[in-house]
Amino acid sequence: MSAPAEETQKYRDHEGPYFGNFGGRWMPESLVAALDEVERTFREAKADPAFIAEFQRLSRDYTGRPSLLTEVTRFAAEAGPARMFLKREDLNHTGSHKINNVLGQALLAQRMGKTRLIAETGAGQHGVATATAAALMGMECVVYMGSADTKRQALNVARMRLLGAEVVPVDHGAQTLKDAINEALRDWVASVENTHYLLGTVAGPHPFPEMVRWFHQIIGEEAREQILSMEGRLPDAVAACVGGGSNAMGLFHGFLDDPEVALYGFEAGGDGVETGRHASAITLGRSGVLHGARSFLMQDEDGQTVDSHSISAGLDYPSVGPEHAYLAETGRATYEPVTDAECMASFEMLCRTEGIIPAIESAHALAGAARLSRSWGEAGEGKIIIINLSGRGDKDVETAAEWFRLLPGQKNDPVAETDTAENGADGPSPAPETGVQG
Amino acid sequence: MSTTTAVDQRPATPASKTERAIEAARAQGRAAFVGYLPAGYPDKETSIAAAIELARNGADVIEIGVPYSDPVMDGPVIQQATTEVLARGFRLPEVFEIVEAVVEATDAAVLVMTYYNLIDRMGAEEFASRLAAAGGAGAITPDLIPDEAGEWIAATDRHGLDRVFLTAPSSSPERVEKIVAASRGFVYGVSVMGVTGARDQVSDAAERVVAAAKSAGAERVCVGLGVSTRSHVEEIGRYADGVIVGTALVTALRDGGPSAVATLTAELTGAGASR
Repeated sequence: MSAPAEETQKYRDHEGPYFGNFGGRWMPESLVAALDEVERTFREAKADPAFIAEFQRLSRDYTGRPSLLTEVTRFAAEAGPARMFLKREDLNHTGSHKINNVLGQALLAQRMGKTRLIAETGAGQHGVATATAAALMGMECVVYMGSADTKRQALNVARMRLLGAEVVPVDHGAQTLKDAINEALRDWVASVENTHYLLGTVAGPHPFPEMVRWFHQIIGEEAREQILSMEGRLPDAVAACVGGGSNAMGLFHGFLDDPEVALYGFEAGGDGVETGRHASAITLGRSGVLHGARSFLMQDEDGQTVDSHSISAGLDYPSVGPEHAYLAETGRATYEPVTDAECMASFEMLCRTEGIIPAIESAHALAGAARLSRSWGEAGEGKIIIINLSGRGDKDVETAAEWFRLLPGQKNDPVAETDTAENGADGPSPAPETGVQG
Repeated sequence: MSTTTAVDQRPATPASKTERAIEAARAQGRAAFVGYLPAGYPDKETSIAAAIELARNGADVIEIGVPYSDPVMDGPVIQQATTEVLARGFRLPEVFEIVEAVVEATDAAVLVMTYYNLIDRMGAEEFASRLAAAGGAGAITPDLIPDEAGEWIAATDRHGLDRVFLTAPSSSPERVEKIVAASRGFVYGVSVMGVTGARDQVSDAAERVVAAAKSAGAERVCVGLGVSTRSHVEEIGRYADGVIVGTALVTALRDGGPSAVATLTAELTGAGASR
């Protein structure tokens, strides 16, 4: 700790294993030694200038950092009164923010002498990033992916295979991200000697939430510097989508101790939280333990995990990183659901007004930010929102084409059967009732 | 029987049901046999009947596994069984009914084996209270480490329940000490780095796991994961206080019902006709 003079601990300085009541290590004993090794290696590496230099070199020369901060005037004008800037993680190599964490952990894996990387993936972005790092560093790579996701993200499966990774479809349970994590954990229990589990989000047992955040902090640090140099002031709000929550944690971290900057996380609202078909764990607000962390968790009365639902495979996770749970509980950040229909309206709007095709995950942040801008009314004039465009939408073109009925032979009708969704081109749909807010 | 040189402060007569069951086996010059079956598989009545067969054929301790949506320590056989149970609408209170029925019909110590979120959701106090009321001896918690177990330790103390933590080949001496100190009933020695499932050979790590736990002061260490044959049972019984079999029994129940469980248990325990 470098700030003993502070009367209270800064949000930025929080380390694991606990974030308030959340976090910890709810894990089989067999994996504790491996987690200890990861933590020890991480702490040593953070203090090693050679490691930092190598991570920075890769971030610059391989990923393409710093990523741009782009003002989107046409999108903002259609959304509401505020000005909007996008943090362009979509322009990173492999097409999303995921590469930041993957390169960092892959370097740690090398440092530990591991020769094999395993990962879970939902949308495929984390799997692609991990397969990429494995190719770059000459490591073996196995990616677990729910078989429902291998179908809706078939192109990313092919990308991972091109990169030399083995993709294992997981047929258990809901066949989505949580089941892929279960299977990766089962692999890791039996393979820890030579294998690093490259967890892709700020969830899981300590030290993953803290460590994954650390590798993504660059997002918020860059954004803060960029907006200060472009506008000479901090933004009024920053916004990001939240599944596990890694891109949001990376962006938020740069502004956690700037109380004048509001932090907004937008969860996948699916068909609407009131329908039960969603992935808004924080909004639901039930504490539980899953995959090694205590956090908010979608679960039934018995404690069985409830299947989540979202048009976005990357947000289709029934829990959330423990630091987000903490930020929600303390009120430092606000979390709200965004429905599939709202998300897709903003997806279309960014394509049409700015020539940028966002990942469907990131479109949740766009929709949430647009809602926020509108909610300010006239007071929003001149306000600034930074939105994390965490990934690009190439992988989602097929899903979007189906949603908007753009494929040959489809009628150009609104696909959504819910009454909230007009044709996306008609503009944003009304916000649903939101539940618990921080 | 103590293999440590440390002064043993514990009472000579074990307070817990599980400890008494293991000591009774020891008095007969053998390791205790611990059999696992999932609650409600393939249905409630059959699962009770199968657990009773376990006890009739030589099991000293019975583990009733609670079906859970995310069983990260379980291999394909147990996953498949518990997924089926959940799919037919299993609800948690059924576990307590099954425990009660098995306790009434047998002399075995009956533990539940459950992932922690099921305890957490009900509340550690409520779960412990209902388990004790059903006559359960305690619980094995495969994804709970002592570091996170404050509430569970307090609740099990209040209700006089055993709490079994796992120790692994990868556990450091400091961790083994913590695990042994937190456990009551027995310490569950994980024989191999992996998930549940029958294996051809018992890992040579198992004997080291038991020795490490004993040197940390454990009086009762039972070994599980991968144990599936009589020769495994005999081999492990030479150095451990109990032998845990799960997947092989679940396979028998799946393929041949309670009578197949009875046959396999008799074979594994070597009990044959009489106990």
